[in-house]
Amino acid sequence: MSVLRRVKPIVFVVCLIPAALLAWNFWGVTHDRPEALGADPIRAAEIFTGLWTLRFLAITLAVTPVRELLGLGALAKYRRMFGLFTFFYACVHLSMWVGVDWFFDWRAMGGEIVKHKYILIGMTTFVLMLPLALTSTNASVRRLGGARWARLHRLIYVSAITGTVHYLWGVKKDTLFPLIYLAVFVLLLGFRLLEHYVGPLRLRKTSRPSRRQPSRSHAGLTSTAPGSSGAIGDAK
Amino acid sequence: MRIKRPEDINSSEITDESLYINRRRFLAAAGVLGAAGAGLLACNSEARGSSSDSVDLVVGQEPEDKLNTFEQITSYNNYYEFGTDKEDPKDNSGAFHPQPWTVRVEGLCKKPGDYHFEDLIKPHKIVDRTYRLRCVEAWSMVIPWQGIPLSEMIKRFEPQPSAKYVAFTTVLRPAEMPGQRRPVLQWPYVEGLRMDEATNELTLMATGLYGKPLPNQDGAPIRLIVPWKYGFKGIKSIVKIAFVDRQPATTWNIAAPDEYGFFANVNPEVDHPRWSQATERRIGEFRRRRTLMFNGYGDKVASMYSGMDLRRNY
Repeated sequence: MSVLRRVKPIVFVVCLIPAALLAWNFWGVTHDRPEALGADPIRAAEIFTGLWTLRFLAITLAVTPVRELLGLGALAKYRRMFGLFTFFYACVHLSMWVGVDWFFDWRAMGGEIVKHKYILIGMTTFVLMLPLALTSTNASVRRLGGARWARLHRLIYVSAITGTVHYLWGVKKDTLFPLIYLAVFVLLLGFRLLEHYVGPLRLRKTSRPSRRQPSRSHAGLTSTAPGSSGAIGDAK
Repeated sequence: MRIKRPEDINSSEITDESLYINRRRFLAAAGVLGAAGAGLLACNSEARGSSSDSVDLVVGQEPEDKLNTFEQITSYNNYYEFGTDKEDPKDNSGAFHPQPWTVRVEGLCKKPGDYHFEDLIKPHKIVDRTYRLRCVEAWSMVIPWQGIPLSEMIKRFEPQPSAKYVAFTTVLRPAEMPGQRRPVLQWPYVEGLRMDEATNELTLMATGLYGKPLPNQDGAPIRLIVPWKYGFKGIKSIVKIAFVDRQPATTWNIAAPDEYGFFANVNPEVDHPRWSQATERRIGEFRRRRTLMFNGYGDKVASMYSGMDLRRNY
């Protein structure tokens, strides 16, 4: 699986492409390409970063199922990176709303959060992601202990649902795409529930025996770490 | 004075945007009245507020209102018949045929019938109306429309006293309108106005913008403009006008009755259940603006709603 480990820096750069594209188009809007983000660039940027947050969330949650189904142990190394990219795009999304859309009008934003459930649930999603990002280091896993750390990081399931509901409540009428995202998350969460009840699912035999224990969590924003009680699988 | 109908105008006569704006400035400065519009649609009533048929109600706002560009007005549209993304109407409306066009007039009036677009337009003078358009999604534009005041058109059909409302219907052509192949809304789109709203001097049947025939994505060939109401009241590509005695059903009200009312007057104090209506983003601007009561047209329309609870009649 050394290929997966060697291409990780490349994957890292690929994950930055949406952000680079946005920056390039923003620069274009203020310089030579006023239509680079359409007639309402601020809204376009908010939708763009919001969607990439959800996409990275789905990618993060897909790591464990793919790794287990295909026996790609080395994928575990990617989970923290994807999780942190999820948080990165969430930060850009929120910054757009705070700094560009509302231009630091704290009173107005406070009113929006209190009065409008779709803003409230979006903000909730961000708050739920915060502790996961903050405890994404190996040191945090050691400090919390693997089991507690894993329990904390189950919050990602909640943010997947609240994030999608934020999207669903934000659209005026055409709920097709929010419902597609919801279906993807239900599928990814369903995989875990299924494993919880019927045991490990495999499409391909791993060369090494699995160290999985049925009771552990499979999710989280971070990857494996020494001292995480071996729960996250090995990537050696 | 003969006013050309949109389809009469050669492309060589069509005023380009910068020329249009420059001429507006020039005419405003020169104090030229509507008489300047000898033949050309785009300039038959230019001077701000100085001609009886020119209602140019965008002056005096703070910060000042500026016209949106033709590009903005034709590339950022809510026209679900062509798709639900803002660019969809521009991308998907190429196969739509706005000509020939017939509008059926029916219901409680003395002159019902099927009117060819030309016959509908011919007896009237095309006027210029530059209006703010406030979308229920909290964005706005300033658009220079051309069209016929609905009140004048209605007069011709001689509605009976029992006609209390006017109901409008959009064309149903799933073959040309890909959005109608998905049940996002109930098709065809329907809208309605109370008779006093329909005959208010601001209410316009638009047939053009920026001196050009209405582009398909903006509701060709004829659409409604009710500038003190949210944009979705401005039903597009109208094929039926009916005079009725009861409040007609309206598409967005059918879709989400707790979110979109029949009146849909622009009101910064009554929020959409899911988002605030207190501010808006003018397309092309960076900072939000405060939304104005009745979109700033209160002096012409507020009296129609005196005594009404606007929180309940949203």
